[in-house]
This record gives sequence, structure tokens and C-alpha cells, in this order.
Amino acid sequence: MEAISKLNWLAVGKNTALIIGLSGLGLLFLPLISPIFSSSIWLTTALLCIVVGTLFYSNFLYKNSPAGIKNNGVWFDGLSNRGVLGWFIAMALTGFYIVLYFYPEILGYNSEKSTGLIAFFDPLSLFMNGNPASQWFVYGCLYTLAILIFGVKFIFKYRSNPYQIIRTLSVMFFQFGFAFLIPELLTLFNPDTPYFAKDLKNMWPLNYSFFDSWHLKNMLNGGNLGIFMLLSGVLMIFVVSPILTYQYGKRWYCSWVCGCGALAETAGDPFRQLSSKKISVWKLERWSIHVILVFVLLTTIAVIWSFLSSNPNLSSFSRETFVIGTVSFLSVLIALIYFFKRKEMDKDAIYSMLSIGIIIVGTLSIQAFSGGKHVLFINSYTLSKWYGFGVGAAFSGVLGVGFYPLLGSRVWCRFGCPMAAILGLQQRLLSRFRITTNGGQCISCGNCSAYCEMGIDVRAYAQKGQNIVRSSCVGCGICSAVCPRGVLKLENGSPKNRTDIPNYPLGNTL
Amino acid sequence: MKRTQTSLPILIIGNGIAGITAARHIRKNSNQRIVVISKESDYFFSRTALMYVFMGHMKWEHIEPYEKSFWKKNKIELIQDEVCSIDAKSKSIRLKSNDIYSYDSLILAVGSTPNLFGWKGQELNGVQGLYSKQDLEKLDKWSSTSRKAVIVGGGLIGVELAEMLHSRGIHVSFLVRESSFCGNVFPKGESELIGKHILAHGIDLRYNTNLVEILSDDNGRARGVITDKGEQIDCELVGLTAGVRPNIDFLKDTELEIGRGILVDSMLQTNLEDVYAIGDCAELKTPQPHRRSIEAVWYSGRMMGETIAETLTKKPTPYLPGNWFNSAKFFDIEYQTYGQVTAEPNSDELQFYWELNEKNCAIRIAYKKENNQFIGINSFGIRLRHVEIDNWLTQKIKVDEAIEKLSTAFFDPEFYPNYHKQIKSAWKQYQN
Repeated sequence: MEAISKLNWLAVGKNTALIIGLSGLGLLFLPLISPIFSSSIWLTTALLCIVVGTLFYSNFLYKNSPAGIKNNGVWFDGLSNRGVLGWFIAMALTGFYIVLYFYPEILGYNSEKSTGLIAFFDPLSLFMNGNPASQWFVYGCLYTLAILIFGVKFIFKYRSNPYQIIRTLSVMFFQFGFAFLIPELLTLFNPDTPYFAKDLKNMWPLNYSFFDSWHLKNMLNGGNLGIFMLLSGVLMIFVVSPILTYQYGKRWYCSWVCGCGALAETAGDPFRQLSSKKISVWKLERWSIHVILVFVLLTTIAVIWSFLSSNPNLSSFSRETFVIGTVSFLSVLIALIYFFKRKEMDKDAIYSMLSIGIIIVGTLSIQAFSGGKHVLFINSYTLSKWYGFGVGAAFSGVLGVGFYPLLGSRVWCRFGCPMAAILGLQQRLLSRFRITTNGGQCISCGNCSAYCEMGIDVRAYAQKGQNIVRSSCVGCGICSAVCPRGVLKLENGSPKNRTDIPNYPLGNTL
Repeated sequence: MKRTQTSLPILIIGNGIAGITAARHIRKNSNQRIVVISKESDYFFSRTALMYVFMGHMKWEHIEPYEKSFWKKNKIELIQDEVCSIDAKSKSIRLKSNDIYSYDSLILAVGSTPNLFGWKGQELNGVQGLYSKQDLEKLDKWSSTSRKAVIVGGGLIGVELAEMLHSRGIHVSFLVRESSFCGNVFPKGESELIGKHILAHGIDLRYNTNLVEILSDDNGRARGVITDKGEQIDCELVGLTAGVRPNIDFLKDTELEIGRGILVDSMLQTNLEDVYAIGDCAELKTPQPHRRSIEAVWYSGRMMGETIAETLTKKPTPYLPGNWFNSAKFFDIEYQTYGQVTAEPNSDELQFYWELNEKNCAIRIAYKKENNQFIGINSFGIRLRHVEIDNWLTQKIKVDEAIEKLSTAFFDPEFYPNYHKQIKSAWKQYQN
């Protein structure tokens, strides 16, 4: 009897917390009905309700049983098994993204003076950066809030696993500090500089407009801060990232630092099992991610080329030098990879190599067939805008997050992110990272594959006694965490022999 | 020496880990026709993962390790049917559907069946073991109308069943014959550690308690059990998990030589020509030292499958498993074992035990008295690197060396606490 009444109390507590959290969410939308609700007190109340509701909910959900990861009922729950609730949330999220990107006026956006949900955040925006809120400020706040509160929930759930706790604290820190706080404060202290991205960790090509003409100009005209952002942006791509990816695999970025990854790992955690593990989907992934890689790289090259064409005085090198430099760099890269790594390549790597080849050809064609602003007879800015619309907004936002409850939490990272493709090629061929399979201990249960958000069939490797070295692995460590027999370990070691395939798993004397 | 190709297939009865491993490896080395017959399921699934389907961690499709296209691509024919008789003279089998298959070689990989000890009421509705896909379906059915359950028999399947039912909010009473949990397999320390953990999860674990009788309601459904302490425990579901035995009843009338299982020699061959038995159902006439004649273990089934594939496609190969290893999970506590660690050390052995009770971590190392040779390790709550420990066992290193370099064998995820120092100092204390 005692046990049952304890369970009842937990249920009451859990539901109360849920109601408090949802009311907070509801309060956010009240200003759309009447401006009466649009004040800093209401804003504070709404945000507090959301935070307190989620924290207590997580506490009631996980703290009643001993530490240890329990995915009980995941496939019985409409939220996490693509049931009615899942579809409902997917619709709501997708709707929100469509409104945000294409119809912000519904949220109250007005180029003169915003109202509604957007104006609701004015007090916070004025406090942080000195300007009234924009729809992007509101989005940034909600995005960061989601990562923080669901990050805490994630930590409750995985509290038996220090790797998960530290990794989650890391994405929470980078989102709150680097993506949210620092850029706003830098804007506050540099009110007169033109706009450019101030999120250090948001590298090109994930930040696809980094090399856009307007962005380059704004950075070049942005004083010391602008120059610093330009230099550190380039340094990140060409120096910091390759070193870290060599040492730790692409997880250093994708599941420790990146903002997209941060949302997927925290708010998206209940949906990670929905990613498809079919071989056919892996094929689709290979195509999709490489098409986008080629597109974003060529677009960037075209944009820089046009920039150099029309602003010869802003740069110390000509567009021809740029083309020769780019082509030489990529050719040397592809030659080196082929020379040293041709035996270790799987299909993922071969597709990446082909993509680089196409980019080289594309770059040369730009030089040969373009003039003035027209790159390959298309205006390069139109191309860039298309990319921003098609990939930046529609794919990464609407599909990438909106479809969490239908396709899993890493749709964008898996099928779309050009950054992931570049880091993935390096991870596959030139990194110390692998997931080690523990001898012959695998029982083929399938937990690792089921909970892989990237749709990797981890078990297919583990049951053969083979290490997992895959381009797409973001190193979240959940496969290792849910393995009931201690079979998987993420580690960095000698790059030699990490992709070997044993004839038999360890155990037999054959 | 490759065997001559015939159009007759290699027939494999049973699509569990043993049979399917055999099929896969035969296909790797040969183009001979392969037919796998199972009465249990269309496709190979991981038996050890049945519990996760019940608990909602995975759907059925997730516990099938190969996509459906795999079988076609590798030309492994799957037939769902039941074997009725085996005719060794004409080298053929007859199925329930009356289809007759001739074979070039026949591999029996027919698995186990739960032990029943003639308890009164064991045939009632709501009383069952947990081994097969069908058992899982039954459990799904009975548990939906159960609030309380009793589990009889404290082995791994018992704990798994307890965790399963508990996950669906069913109150579980767990009757164990011994005075501690798995006391015949685990030494006292580990046994108590697990017992305490099971209790912490809210399971009503009762030691020294045997089942006497299962009570029936008016509809032939279990309504409770009576224990040997004269106590009645009400319940709607009774799980009988007192181990498994080879699934051989349907072979009793054949010419196969049968003991507790299907008797096989070191080549896994039965007394009949071209008929082999592997996995849970096989009983080795002369097992390796320190190995049991019947090992109903996933890994043994897999290794027998690998071995028979060598024999049938390359050269006659005896079944010679390497160093013993096994693993399990008791609720949240992972367990791994390598080499020989017995519940009571043999007279020529000593054991060193370290435990961190509040973290559910423990290590036990067994070694030889006379020359300090490291012979085995149990580990709870700490993952160990198989290849490393396997090397130590093969190289017969000394126990001091094993303890000195124990941390090189730790396999926990990054940032996990490292207890090597504590273990080393406990070892020093133990020696003094």
C-alpha cells in the first residue's frame, strides 16, 4: 500500500509540474491576443514557469528510481513512437518554424515597431543588447532556454553516466555563453558596428553566409572586433577544427559544442530512436549530405569570386589568385588523401572525395564561364539566397527541428549539414577516434542501433567484433551508455588498425 | 579441402544464434544451398533482447539483427515450419507440412526449453517460463491483466523477468531457493550486492523459499502460490525461471544418441553421419577442462556455429572455445566474468575481493595458491576490456601483475571514476 501511495504522489507531482511548465509556454503566446499581457512581469513569470515546471517534472520522472538509464515504455508512448502526440508536436513545431522564417508578422514582427510575442521580449533585449527584440532574438532566447531546461532533464535521466553529464554541461555552456550571451553583449558594447555574426563557434560552412559579400564587408568595416571575427573564423575552419577532429573525432564539435547538436541532444533526446537504420536510408544520406556539401562550397566560392570581382580594392589578392589557390588546395588535399588512405575508404569517404572533385571542376568552370556578378550565368547572390532559403531555413529549421518527433533528432545533422560532411570525411580517414567493440561480448540485442540518433547500425559492427568508424558518428556516446553488456567504448587511440575487421569475434580459438 | 558441391542443401534446424552463425559463415566460404527451418519465428532475432521489447525499449524489428533483404542477398532460405522426424538412412527430414527435405549435412540447433519440476498447477493459465517468442507473447497477454506476480527461480532469466514485470508496474515477489542470490554461481559478496540492488528496486525478494503449489481460480487462471513456509502469496502471474534444458523431446524417437542433450563428439558430430548439433541443445561428451558439457550461453552457441561452418566448408575442426567469458546485467548492475571464478574457491585457489558498496562496484580476482597465477576475474559495475583480460589468461600472468595493470583493462566510458588505486591498496591490505 505504501508503495502505491508513493506512486500516486509522484504522478500528482509530475502532472502538476507539467501543467506549470505548459502554462508558462501558454503565457508566451498571450501577448498575441492582447498587449495587456506584454510586460516584463509576465515575461518573467512565463519563463520562470517553464523552467520550474521542467525541473520539477524531470525530478519526479527520474528521481524515484535508482540511477541507471531506463528507456521503459519509449515505444509505447505516443510522444516517442510517432503516435498522435508526436505528430501533434511535429505539426506545432513545423508551424512555428514556418511562421518564424516566412511569416514573422504573425508573431508581431514589424520593421518599424514590433508587437505581440516579439515585443514581449523587448525588456530582455533592451537589457542585453540595447535594441528592441527581433524575431531572431526571441528565437535565440527560446532556443537557448530549450537547451538549458531539457539539458537538465537529460542530466537527470543519464545521471549514472559522467560522460553524458559533462558533455551536456558543455553544450549548455557553449549555447548559453557563446551563442547567446557573448554576441548580445558584444552588440551592446559595440553599438555602431555593422552587423556580423559574433558566435565564435558557429563555423563556416554551418554558418553559410560567413563569406557572403555583405558579411565580409561588415566584418572588414567592423573594427578590431570585425577583423578578429574574420580571422578567428578562418582559423577555426583551417586549423582548430582539423586538429581537434584528429584528436577526438568530430564529436568535439557535433555533440560537445554545436548549437544544432545541442538542441538535438537535449530537447531532441526523447526522439533519438526514431532515426531510420535502414541501409537504403544510409544511401539516401550519402547522396543528400554530399549534394549539399557541393552546393554550399560552390556557392561560397562563387560568392567570394564575385566579391573579389566587384571589390578588387578590398582585398590583397585577385579573383584569379583565389581560384588558383582554391583549386590547388583542394587538388593537393584530394591527392594526399588518395595516396595515403585509398585502402581505408568506405563508400562514405569515396562520395566525399568525389564531391571535392566536383567542387574543383565547378570552381574552374566559374572562372571560365563567368563574368561580373554572374557566376555560371546565375547571379551568385541569388544562388546564395536560394541556399539560405532552401537549406538554411527550410531544411535545418522546418525539417530539421520540426520533424524531430517523426524522423528523429538529427535529421539536419545527418542529411544536410555540410560541416558534418567535412568533419565526417576527416573522422573516417584521419582521426584517432573510434568506438571500440569489446572483443566477443556483443549479444546483438540492438539497443545501440535503436538509440543511435544518426541512424548508424552500430550492432552490425559490434556483433562482428569490429570497431565503429563512421563518417556520420557524432560521438554522443549513447550506444555505449545503453549497452547492457559493456561492449562499446568511445576512445581516442592510434589511428593504425582502427578499421580492421576480425575474421571472428574474440572467444573462439579458430 | 573443399567438399564436393552437391545440389543437396545444408539443413539447419533452428534460427537462433548458433544456427544463424553457422549459416552466415558457411555462406562466406561456400555456395552450397543453405536452408534454415524454424518453428519459432520468420527471422533470426536476438533472444537475449526479448526483455527489451516487453519493456518498450525496442520494437520487435529492432531485435532482428539483419534486414529482411539480407537473407535473399546471401541466399539463405528460411522456412517457418516444425520438424516431425529425421530419417538418417535416407538423409532426409519430414516437416509438419509433410514437406520432405533431403540434406547433405544436417545441423541441429534447436535450443532450450524452460525447466519445469512437476509443480502442482504449472499448467494453469498465467503460469509460464520465458524463453521463446511465443513465451513473450503469452507474457504480454497475461501481464495486461495482472497486478501481482511471483517469480520462481533466481537465475538471470528470473532477474530479467522481475525487471520486465516491474517496468510495467506489476508488483513482483521473487522466490529464491538459496540463502543468497545466485549463491551457487556467485561468491557471497557479489551475491549480496545483487540481492541488495534487487531489493532497492522494490522487488519482494525472498531467500530460502520454494514453491509448493500454484493455486487456481474458477477459470483455470493462477490466483496465487503457496510456498514451503506455508505462506500464500496472491498473484495473477507466475514466472517459472528455474533454468533451461536442451529442447530434445521431439527427438526422442530418432536414432540420435541423447543424454541430457544431443550427444556430440569434439567435432560437434552426433552418432549419425553428417548430422551435427550445436548451441544450447548440444551435450559435449568430452568438454574442455573447466567447461560444462552443456552451455546454454549466447557466446557458446555463436562459437559452435563458427566451428561447424569451418568443418563443413574448409577442414574438420574441433570445437575448442578459448578462455571462458560471459556477461549479464542485473537491473542497473553490469556483470562481466573472464576465466574461472567459482562461488567457493577450489582447494588450490585463492580469491581477492574488493567492493565499493554504495557504487554497486566489485571486483573479484581468482589465482592459484602455489604459483600466484591469475585464473579469473568477476567484475560488477566496472566494464573490462575483453582482449586485455583474455591475453592475461592466455599468458598466465601472475596475480600481482594483473592487479598492477588492472586499469589498462578498464573499459568504462571516458570520465568514469577510476578505482584502480583503491583496488591496489585493498590488495596490499589483503596480503598483509
